[in-house]
Amino acid sequence: MSVPRQLEFFVDPSRCIGCQSCVQACSECDTHKGESMIHLEYVDRGQSVQTVPMVCMHCEQPTCAEVCPADAIKRTGDGVVQSARKPRCIACGNCVVACPFGVPELYIDRQIMMKCDMCYDRTSVGKKPMCATVCPSQALFFGTRAEIDALRPQSTPTNRFRFGSQTITTRVNVMVPRSKSPPLMLDVTAAMDERPENRNVRLNVVGNSPSTIEPMLDPFAEVEV
Amino acid sequence: MAKIPVDELSIIQAYGPHLSASIRGTTSDEPEKLVKTHCCFCGQQCGIQLKVRGNDVIGFEPWDEFPFNRGMLCPKGVKRYLQGSHPDRLLTALQRDPTSPSGFRSLSYEHAIARAASEVARLQQAHGHGAIAVLGGASLTTEKTYLLGKFARVCLKTPFIDYNGRLCMVSAGAANKKAFGIDRTTSPWSDMIGTEVIWIAGSNIAECSPITTNYVWQARERGAKVIVQDPRITPIARTCDLYLPVRPGRDAALFAGVLQLMIEHAWIDREFIEAHTTGFEQVAEYCRAWTPARTAEVTGVPERSIHKAAELWGQANSSFLLHARGIEHHSNGVQNALGAINLVLASGRIGKPKSGYGTIVGQANGQGGREHGQKCDQLPGLRDISNPEHRKYIASVWGVEERDIPGPGVDAYELFRKIDAGEIKGLISICFNPKISLPDSGFVARALDKLEFYAAIDFFLNDTAHHADLVLPGSLQEEDEGTVTQVEGRVIKINKAIHPPGEAREDWRIIQDLAQALGRPKGFTFAGPSEIFEELRIASKGGISDYSGITYDKIERQMGVFWPCYANDPKTGAPTPDHPGTPRLFEPDSFNPIAKGAGRFYFADGKARFNVAEHRTPVDDVDESFPLFLTTGRVVSQFLSGTQTRRIGPLVKQYPTPRIELHPRLAQKLGIADGDWAICETRRGSITLRAMVVTTIRPDTLFIPYHWAGEKSVNRVTVAAQDPISKIPQYKVCACRLRKADAAPGYDAKLEAQQ
Repeated sequence: MSVPRQLEFFVDPSRCIGCQSCVQACSECDTHKGESMIHLEYVDRGQSVQTVPMVCMHCEQPTCAEVCPADAIKRTGDGVVQSARKPRCIACGNCVVACPFGVPELYIDRQIMMKCDMCYDRTSVGKKPMCATVCPSQALFFGTRAEIDALRPQSTPTNRFRFGSQTITTRVNVMVPRSKSPPLMLDVTAAMDERPENRNVRLNVVGNSPSTIEPMLDPFAEVEV
Repeated sequence: MAKIPVDELSIIQAYGPHLSASIRGTTSDEPEKLVKTHCCFCGQQCGIQLKVRGNDVIGFEPWDEFPFNRGMLCPKGVKRYLQGSHPDRLLTALQRDPTSPSGFRSLSYEHAIARAASEVARLQQAHGHGAIAVLGGASLTTEKTYLLGKFARVCLKTPFIDYNGRLCMVSAGAANKKAFGIDRTTSPWSDMIGTEVIWIAGSNIAECSPITTNYVWQARERGAKVIVQDPRITPIARTCDLYLPVRPGRDAALFAGVLQLMIEHAWIDREFIEAHTTGFEQVAEYCRAWTPARTAEVTGVPERSIHKAAELWGQANSSFLLHARGIEHHSNGVQNALGAINLVLASGRIGKPKSGYGTIVGQANGQGGREHGQKCDQLPGLRDISNPEHRKYIASVWGVEERDIPGPGVDAYELFRKIDAGEIKGLISICFNPKISLPDSGFVARALDKLEFYAAIDFFLNDTAHHADLVLPGSLQEEDEGTVTQVEGRVIKINKAIHPPGEAREDWRIIQDLAQALGRPKGFTFAGPSEIFEELRIASKGGISDYSGITYDKIERQMGVFWPCYANDPKTGAPTPDHPGTPRLFEPDSFNPIAKGAGRFYFADGKARFNVAEHRTPVDDVDESFPLFLTTGRVVSQFLSGTQTRRIGPLVKQYPTPRIELHPRLAQKLGIADGDWAICETRRGSITLRAMVVTTIRPDTLFIPYHWAGEKSVNRVTVAAQDPISKIPQYKVCACRLRKADAAPGYDAKLEAQQ
């Protein structure tokens, strides 16, 4: 039982409509006791309806596992970083602090860390993860690279991210606008201070020239109050 | 005697809405069976599989093969199973009892039916057949709506039946019939993918019909430009190519202004207009006055955006226009929809692949529920109750005399005016919660108090049923089978997963038991929904919405059948048992039984009609005392009056209680901060809710979602103005003012968020 290598996870925040289908569907799974393992946040609801879904990115060298003093987090051969193993986890929270993507969460009442395991119970038996199955905007997509290439001519996947001096390669991909040069990596630290001024998340691609998208003027500038 | 028996808080304490208990087992529990069916909520009608064990639905599994949604679901679909095995579920009939702490006491189903029949008989004997009215709903299966219409006309012999689609689909329906002669979305959603431009007018797609989002995004991947017309920057508007921030109630003006530019620039299909339409010259004449400057002045949309819209729409080779309640919920709703249709007709792009027009239905059976006779002016098959030929045919199907079928009744709101005036004395309602969903609902509550007898059929005690003398326990969607017709015009099959619990019954049984108890069982002895459907096939035959070629088996085989689907070829009369249905209307060589080959539209001459779509200022428009627009709508996690969704814990948690959306510039002027209590006042009254300060709404407009009851119900303050043709209420605009509240409202300490 493993997740076939050719099946990948693709996240496209520009498609997200914030409906929380993924959150509601994730909480249906009893491998994590009715808790949702996916994070869905407004960037700044006062300014925009932009939301961003965050699944575990399943790093090639998972920081969470590297900092775990109890060796409770394992990456299986198919590249999936598993949730904490109950007998080993000491609920110290190191992984929660260390994960650059902010994915793991500590459940004090249960004395364990839990996080997204790409629906291992489903994906290891040939099904799609629940969130990517139900997602009405397909901001979350699970399939092959050939499928995503055919379906998304305007964007392209990247799985390399820069956090300050740390560079991370992941099993999960983020869709970025397609350009002539292949995207090198996303600069996540730079994006953290961004406000969604274009009412849209801007993804800083290291090595690409700054976004050329025309800023959306305040459409209500002429409305008097 | 339909006064509320005890104080409403006591009724709420007994009957809810309470939150669902965590009733499911665990997801590793193996279900005994998976039932392929559809979601019970909106008009998208997503395919879903329900996990069933014993007589409980314990969860869901996506249904990847169903072509419309391919496993996708919104949060309501994901959690819909939690409405079953709910602590608030009505398991027995109830009788009004002011001496009971809860206001009601149980009685046996048989006694309840006998009492309902004797009250109806008493009132009809004393005051005539029209003393009893029936209210239905568009979340019922088509079989139930057909039976209900027949029950009102044949058994009760009353003209007074109408339904909650009056608040939903009637503006679009009337406009469609006027322009095309048929009332249905023209094309399957798959036609969107590959189109060059999509115009979304007054539709918060991401929250109200979430599955359509992926079609729009997929179209954009293939190069489509997206235009969104809305006073709010909804999630579908966030990344659109052109956003038209229209002032509430000015949609017809915007369409006229855009059409005028298209005419000026010759961005119209003269050849198509000449060959396939009539009435264009009058429309062009009307539009002449709508210069960009005047259109901008009236609509609040900048001139440059009006030009851009005309350019994008006018120059495209293929296009899709979608509209919903945003332009339809107006006293000018039919005109607004006709304005949108004029853009479609002028483009000449209809009946072609990758082009289409559709109105996004709100309720599960928003389409089928408006076709087969629970509407006050209609008989099955989209037939007209005033048309002698139509009456004669239906009389022959029903085995009654034509003269015994009553004439047209009145719309749902007018029906309450008749209750208020004492003309209607008894009411039977199902699948309708008018005390929350009708505008100026204080009036509705006062009218309910005047009823001499009110029987409600429902599975939870909804807010209107607080007034009931009798409550008959009906069925949840998963407790019965039948068909519904979803947004694309695709007839699909709801399959039964479990049996109604306790003394609850399938709704069609309750209706038939009433007919039996009234001593008029003839025509109400169906053994089940499939028998009702067989009669409906015959009744719809020859009508515009012809279902005669549809069978339950064909629906299953094809995963849905688009109507019209003919049992006999409309041209030759030869039997066509394999007729596949009609996914796309108005194709160049299509034959329909109205035009009989004269053309592709459903009129005798085969031509579509341009209609002058006149802008009229909304009733109760802004002025000095009430300077702001109030508009209402949905949030993604709730549905209609919340009878079901305010009982589902995880959905309540997602958006627990209504808030007033306003722009920070307005908030600053009024001294209101995000989270403050604020009072919104209109000419009807006031509502106190917390403020939500966001830049995503016009600074002269407030938005309040409508799913809540009592003091949290925005329809206490909306205006009961109606479109003169469709009678749809003007929910999307009325004048209001806003101020900061000194303190929290009294209800805040007494009620749970969802109550």
